[in-house]
Amino acid sequence: MGLIAQNLTLKPDHEFHLNNISFEMQEGQLYTILGRTLSGKTTLMKTIAGLITPDSGTLSMAGQDFAEIPVWNRKVAMVYQQFINYPHLKVFDNVAFPLKVRKLPAAEIAQKVAHALEQVGLTGFEDRKIQALSGGQQQRVALARSLVKDARILLLDEPLVNLDYKLREQLREEFRNIFNADVSQSSILIYSSTDPLEAMQLGGSIIVLDEGRVLQQASAQDIFEYPATTRVAEIANDPAMNLMQGTLADGMIVVNETIKIPLPKHLQHLTPGAYVFGVRADRVSPAKDGMGFEVELSEINGSETFLHLKNQDQTLVGLLPWVQDFNLNERVNIAIDAAWLYAFDQSGQLLKSPYDEVE
Amino acid sequence: MRAFYISLKYLVICLWSMFVVAPFLWALSTSFKDFNSVTSGATYIPWVDFEPTLEGWRVLLRSPAQGGVDIVEPYINSILVTCLASLLSIILGTLAAYALSRYTFKAGFIKNSDITFFFISQRIMPPIVLSIPFFIMLGKLGLLDTLAGLILVYIVLLMPIAVWIMVDFFNKVPIEIDETALIDGCNPLQAFWRVVLPNSVPGLIVAGMFCMIFGWTDFFFAFILTFTEVQLLPVAIVALNSSITPWWSLSASALVSVAPLIIVAFIVERYLSKGNLSGALK
Repeated sequence: MGLIAQNLTLKPDHEFHLNNISFEMQEGQLYTILGRTLSGKTTLMKTIAGLITPDSGTLSMAGQDFAEIPVWNRKVAMVYQQFINYPHLKVFDNVAFPLKVRKLPAAEIAQKVAHALEQVGLTGFEDRKIQALSGGQQQRVALARSLVKDARILLLDEPLVNLDYKLREQLREEFRNIFNADVSQSSILIYSSTDPLEAMQLGGSIIVLDEGRVLQQASAQDIFEYPATTRVAEIANDPAMNLMQGTLADGMIVVNETIKIPLPKHLQHLTPGAYVFGVRADRVSPAKDGMGFEVELSEINGSETFLHLKNQDQTLVGLLPWVQDFNLNERVNIAIDAAWLYAFDQSGQLLKSPYDEVE
Repeated sequence: MRAFYISLKYLVICLWSMFVVAPFLWALSTSFKDFNSVTSGATYIPWVDFEPTLEGWRVLLRSPAQGGVDIVEPYINSILVTCLASLLSIILGTLAAYALSRYTFKAGFIKNSDITFFFISQRIMPPIVLSIPFFIMLGKLGLLDTLAGLILVYIVLLMPIAVWIMVDFFNKVPIEIDETALIDGCNPLQAFWRVVLPNSVPGLIVAGMFCMIFGWTDFFFAFILTFTEVQLLPVAIVALNSSITPWWSLSASALVSVAPLIIVAFIVERYLSKGNLSGALK
């Protein structure tokens, strides 16, 4: 049966926080809510948890209407992006808290807490104070507390965003192992993130949220290959997919006087007219016989170079898999790999993807 | 230059300390004087300037029949009224503050911040404005000259302090902690009792201390709303003043009356400086 949301809407003031959200989630699956800051991820999670009551719409779990069940009886767990624990309790008591509220026998509590702490790698920290732990450890305690109670829905609201890069990588890997091994087949796992890379790495099903609205729900691979709209293409790629307003005529895509791209095979069936064309940053690269662009900004990031380019009104971001210094306002010739062009209609809906099969 | 600043700093601290401590020392030395030592000009050091006597202190212990003054009963009254009024103010004030911090109230143009201000505005008013209404109300209720009446009035005076301090404190406790408690299976009352309150101990201590200080030192209402049956300590001390002012026993009783506050301050100060409380919430 799973978790079913129908037309969830929340409009506290003049803006929608949740705009007609519907989805269906199955037990034993991982769902990632991908959206930028203020897209409504936290609001949606709090609504599922029961901390926020929607203005309209229904939520049901296994056929049971959630509206009749208050937060404390919903059997959900939530990990916040801030490291939220009970500051007055030691690690053991923090993790044991939900079990103590349920008045389980002490022996069972001790055994469950020990298991949860082992899962998150905090065995031996039982008597530590929360304030004496590092950020990563505090977040592990919060995770242990959410794992210990066999919740039906486990909500993780950007749990790694406040950690440093190295730790984030490490914890993400650990989280995935914990989820795979320990989260039972009867619970639903919902993870929210602003980072497309993280969403793709976690796998599972991705729900793209923007301005309180679900733009697309599909597998990670589908979101990558077939972003439903230009907005999804921007949100689900980092750097955001480059979008160009262009016209298709005489076997050429014309963006402006200098940006002209020969029509690739997979776009040949498009009728001539105006379209929005999209290309990922890694398909934009310097080439001797390319089109002239000016460098607006270039930044070296590890072993890659981000190149922000401009030609008249058209800006592009290129992601080069090598390190190279560019000067500001330097002129570079740029080629766009036409084989990897997406075509969207004027309202932003996807028409053609490079992953389409070409007859 | 550095040494100069340090010595300047200590000079200022010493001057200020003298200014604060001198009245206490003055009262302490006066409490060991007799009539002659008090009236024969300024004297400071016992045995050198004057011959110390315990008469001032003995009067406090003697029963009124033997020519003493009874401050034991006012003392107990004061402790009862201050502690009960502070306790009730803290309980009511904390609950009110929690509601004001966590829930949204709206009645026309009146919002949470306005309600908080209404509480605080009780303290902006000069107390004398309230004296006649309180007198009439307690009279109608038959609570004039009773401990219960005083406690009621003191709650009106002390609760705004508790609300003010605790609203500010609760606003600094992340609401996510309450939410986590709800998610972990607590109903709202359990969440408040098991999670929010234990994390608010520093605020409760500060609010409690302020309530006790204001309650303990109030003279005005204790003077107006009681006659013969019930007497609080500040009133009893002032009542010592007769045709001849007994400076020695006045000083002794004044010292005895500030003792509880000094003890409370010492305990709280030790507790706070240990760092147990500050920084409990990051």
